[in-house]
Amino acid sequence: MRDLTNALVELIRLASTDLSPDVETALIAARERETQRSAARGAMDSILRNVTLARENSTPICQDTGTPIFYVKHSRDWSTRALSSQIREATARATTHTYLRPNAVDAISGVNSGNNLGDNAFPTIHFDEMDDETLTVDLMLKGGGCENVGAQYSLPNTALGAGRDLEGVRKVALDAVYKAQGRGCAPGILGIAVGGDRGSSYAASKEVLLRKLSEPNPIEELDRLEERLKSEANQLGIGPMGFGGETTVLGVRICGMHRLPASYFVSVSYMCWAYRRRRMIVRSEEVIYE
Amino acid sequence: MIAVDIPIDDETIRELHVGDSVSLSGVLITGRDAVHKWMVETFIARTRKAQGDDQQVYDMLKPILDGGAIYHCGPVVAGLDSADYRFVAAGPTTSIREEPYQPDVMRHFNLKAVIGKGGMGENTLAACREVPGVYLHAIGGAASLIAQSVRKVRGVHKMDFGVPEAIWVIEVQDFPAVVTMDSHGNSLHADVAAQSKVVLENLIGAD
Repeated sequence: MRDLTNALVELIRLASTDLSPDVETALIAARERETQRSAARGAMDSILRNVTLARENSTPICQDTGTPIFYVKHSRDWSTRALSSQIREATARATTHTYLRPNAVDAISGVNSGNNLGDNAFPTIHFDEMDDETLTVDLMLKGGGCENVGAQYSLPNTALGAGRDLEGVRKVALDAVYKAQGRGCAPGILGIAVGGDRGSSYAASKEVLLRKLSEPNPIEELDRLEERLKSEANQLGIGPMGFGGETTVLGVRICGMHRLPASYFVSVSYMCWAYRRRRMIVRSEEVIYE
Repeated sequence: MIAVDIPIDDETIRELHVGDSVSLSGVLITGRDAVHKWMVETFIARTRKAQGDDQQVYDMLKPILDGGAIYHCGPVVAGLDSADYRFVAAGPTTSIREEPYQPDVMRHFNLKAVIGKGGMGENTLAACREVPGVYLHAIGGAASLIAQSVRKVRGVHKMDFGVPEAIWVIEVQDFPAVVTMDSHGNSLHADVAAQSKVVLENLIGAD
């Protein structure tokens, strides 16, 4: 079995310190929309200066390097146990290089493991066996501030007048943005899953965030809702950091799932502006990062 | 940009208003969830007995916090093996989690400035009037940038809380922040929340 540990450390370094171009482009556009000399404009200036500095110095964009969430697509030739142990070793090494903050805290004892290794869900690793020989590893770092403002709704929701349809989804999604205010480090990106059970729904609301900000939703109906929600969330005026302003969200990503007849969950994962995600592609001897 | 030196006197605090950009210099500490819980339970509510080095750490903190500032931050720190500490990334964490503790901590220590992100609630706003004090909003996620204003790490206490939760005593110079809650009862967060609620109700057509 090939050892990819060093390549995985590099994937973590890139994710933590070098923001993806699609996110940076969206941030630059957001800065231009804010009024000169406003607190919101000042916040966007600091955010963009920080992105540049982190890239130049190879230091974390945000000190909360979050839960590392790996999505691995592999052929049948790979052992998931071996890959899992390489990912865990890379995570621990990246922590000693200060690309990651030690973040794994035992919820019962309160003890921080010091190396980012906790139970099987820390780091989180999703495996998917494919026919393709190419190995693809997507890594998302999801911080605690934005994770805390995520929300799950069980529809119908009487208080919000939200029924079991896309109009209901729109209403609860806007409620989630309102409730988050600036606490999830606005301007954020919304990942929304409709359907599933409580667990699968939340998981899908994160995975849907992997789609690039520049890519439309392939389902036209959902694409329209994404655009409408983005526009309406920005009308809320919460703005960067909650200072008030033009851009509250950079984008919205929606996916549908199957559900039980009795359940209609809408899960909203809020991703902060520091949307750290990177991809590593391994094709024979070649390793490519995106 | 208003330069503010720590320790901060009452007059300086009263001159600060919501919307002001400040640049903070002096000695402050980091303290977040575990630290606030520990402070209140051990020394303010006294529901827990002081143990280990609790009393020594408290005695060390008192003069730093009198007229001082606390930063809601869990930093990335280099030099953990050699104890030659250096802040690598040090943006703010979400402050609202300290709302149950912050007013008591401000009053107990005569704490003048609370630095974090996302703002705090009514009880902290009331404490800002009383003490008097201010809430300073740092830019969330701007961790590499903010770390540059941390000139020196003087020491660390309560390492058993873990690196992000420990009490780091740091010297900062020109630490950038915005006043979003002042000693005159104003809160930018309350204003933005109220305005966005009106828009939300229009958009979803709720009562």
